Amino acid sequence: MSTAFSAANFSTQSFPLNHTSTTTHDSPLVFAKPTSQFLRSTPKLRLSSFSKLNLSRRSGTVVAVSDVVKQKKSKSTPTLLITKEEGLELYEDMVLGRAFEDMCAQMYYRGKMFGFVHLYNGQEAVSTGFIKLLKQQDSVVSTYRDHVHALSKGVPARAVMSELFGKTTGCCRGQGGSMHMFSREHNLLGGFAFIGEGIPIATGAAFTSKYKREVLKEADCDHVTLAFFGDGTCNNGQFFECLNMASLWKLPIVFVVENNLWAIGMSHLRATSDPQIYKKGPAFGMPGIHVDGMDVLKVREVAKEAIGRARRGEGPTLVECETYRFRGHSLADPDELRDPAEKAHYAARDPITALKKYLTENNLASESELKAIDKKIDEVVEDAVEFADESPVPPRSQLLENVFADPKGFGIGSDGRYRCEDPKFTQGTAHV
Amino acid sequence: MAAIFQGVGAAAPLSSSPSNSFDSNKSVFSPRRSFSVRKRASFAVVRSDGIVNLNPKGRSAQRLISNAVATKADSPAASSSSKPGHELLLFEALQEGLEEEMERDPRVCVMGEDVGHYGGSYKVTKGLAKRFGDLRVLDTPIAENSFTGMGIGAAMTGLRPVIEGMNMGFLLLAFNQISNNCGMLHYTSGGQFTIPVVIRGPGGVGRQLGAEHSQRLESYFQSIPGIQMVACSTPYNAKGLMKAAIRSENPVILFEHVLLYNLKERLPDEDYICNLEEAEMVRPGEHVTILTYSRMRYHVMQAAKTLVNKGYDPEVIDIRSLKPFDLHTIGNSVKKTHRVLIVEECMRTGGIGASLTAAITENFNDYLDAPIMCLSSQDVPTPYAGTLEEVTVVQPAQIVTAVEQICQ
Repeated sequence: MSTAFSAANFSTQSFPLNHTSTTTHDSPLVFAKPTSQFLRSTPKLRLSSFSKLNLSRRSGTVVAVSDVVKQKKSKSTPTLLITKEEGLELYEDMVLGRAFEDMCAQMYYRGKMFGFVHLYNGQEAVSTGFIKLLKQQDSVVSTYRDHVHALSKGVPARAVMSELFGKTTGCCRGQGGSMHMFSREHNLLGGFAFIGEGIPIATGAAFTSKYKREVLKEADCDHVTLAFFGDGTCNNGQFFECLNMASLWKLPIVFVVENNLWAIGMSHLRATSDPQIYKKGPAFGMPGIHVDGMDVLKVREVAKEAIGRARRGEGPTLVECETYRFRGHSLADPDELRDPAEKAHYAARDPITALKKYLTENNLASESELKAIDKKIDEVVEDAVEFADESPVPPRSQLLENVFADPKGFGIGSDGRYRCEDPKFTQGTAHV
Repeated sequence: MAAIFQGVGAAAPLSSSPSNSFDSNKSVFSPRRSFSVRKRASFAVVRSDGIVNLNPKGRSAQRLISNAVATKADSPAASSSSKPGHELLLFEALQEGLEEEMERDPRVCVMGEDVGHYGGSYKVTKGLAKRFGDLRVLDTPIAENSFTGMGIGAAMTGLRPVIEGMNMGFLLLAFNQISNNCGMLHYTSGGQFTIPVVIRGPGGVGRQLGAEHSQRLESYFQSIPGIQMVACSTPYNAKGLMKAAIRSENPVILFEHVLLYNLKERLPDEDYICNLEEAEMVRPGEHVTILTYSRMRYHVMQAAKTLVNKGYDPEVIDIRSLKPFDLHTIGNSVKKTHRVLIVEECMRTGGIGASLTAAITENFNDYLDAPIMCLSSQDVPTPYAGTLEEVTVVQPAQIVTAVEQICQ
């Protein structure tokens, strides 16, 4: 298949937009001005082997964490990007995400959960890199690939697993399922099955934050909203409409694109006229950043800046994270279209392995400490499964309970009373 | 409606308070009770000799009301200077309701196209931006799906937006957000998030506005679980429903009609709301129940004039609540008259009338003496030409014929 875009063309082309090369900077990121910035490290690995698929679309973005570190060590004072506590927190969060998703696959094939289940394996760096920087009052909006966003935001693994099993102890009482994870307590605003429909919701949450600050005069309200979505969504109208509105009103939101190159079986390059999604930010007056989404530390650095911008009231940012999902689109996807070589290439850049290497090589953590975390997470996930197994299924009386916030909305029955007062309603046997 | 009551004087306890103030503070309010009180107070029937079968316990014909159209303020005893309240046009009533709610609760905000500086395409939000600021009365870009979703997201996080579709038809673009998020989010989140939005806008067939500006979306939205739909028809119920919708924790779609914005009525000065789930008794009667809503209420009342002169006594109910139906008021009426005619502006196929027919048949089949008749608009895109447009919607002459047919 041929596209207008190929690795060869790209490397000789000069970038038409203003950008600064970041190869020699202290941090992997520079936010000089709100123009398109292109995060680029020293090219280490050419993607020419994928020329058959014309896969590569930017030059030299494939760098392992350790290469960044080596670069930095070449200067006088080596500065680490994280402390030990932060490193362990990041590691634990990513391992939790990976272990949980692997357990989901097992449980699905054992018939404990049904329907469409979309797993996040391989993309953990994006979730951990961004969400671990948030406060509890900040909001996260996700898509159907939302288990790990929920876990990173703080929703207990038990609640998520129960929800997947359809039990009443799930975070949404079993009524939402895999694609509709919500948590009021942790400000996870969903979980959406249709791509793109969460982005306006995130824009609304950011609007509330601005409204609280400016109309309700809660001067210290600086809540930020993160909207996660994929490459396929970036061709959808709601994406562009919200980029416009967020930039127009300088809403405190960060649009995070998890570009894993595939929308089920549709390659990003076959669906998009200009595959460089980060370029679409400046078109709407916001910075567009591209970052290596397999590297949690790089993602975290970018996230710090973007979230900081939003918190200070400077407006939205578009961050494109180049990442990859190791499994198929969902557990029902045979995943036949992707080239095994591509999968192997990204498997070699597993974010968890990379962070592990960084932590051990920089003496931030020992192997045994990391293994202890692995073990702890295994126990957490096992416990979640046990809890979900033992939880009760929703009783019939739950059927009509949450249709309306105010159940008077079911109307007045023929006897003159509100139908919600009918005992059949609370038993779930009334016919609406 | 209020005009007629004012003319009669304070005969009944309820006439001192507005006719339709089904106070939501009262826990379960029985409309039946108020109806019988009102009956004594005002409505009269032209009694013609022998043809009309009056209820033996029924009213005495007190006065001749020459005009059966409810809102024309020409009742004989009316005198404007001594009457309490203030006169408003329907769009001003909507604005007043909206303004009062925005004063009352700082979380209430408006968003839509041209609602701010322009004052709204039908002037419903006129002056609000000057008073409350550009963020509270937000002029959005032309992106219905996204700003409706934005309103829903804002509602989930604590605000109470009123989202305006410049024309109801434009909300077709917001169908994704209205169906998936507005209606369903409360449920799929297990009750964690509420969506107290009001989605409103003018719809219905106007004067030669063309097919796309003449749509009736109530039939498209009625299947969405988790939303309520109400249609206003008089300045009184417009203000009352607007306020009730804003105060409701449920998402409510408020249907206004392009041709009704200039109706004038005297409204009470005090605060009142109209219950979202209740229907409104426009004209009690004995022979046939005519169920209608929005603009068709006026066609029905015009036909009622003719019918009354011909000796019929139609009972006219403005159902107001399109979803859910007020089966109590409707049922009581069916049990009394045993004949039902539904007059609506919606399309024939899958419209509100179709659902209402099914609901009445299911619940009150035993009380019916004749099959339910439903007069709806033709299943055609509304033509531009005036003559053709006239025949796509139901006209009073058809209503008269239908009643004569039913009452045979």
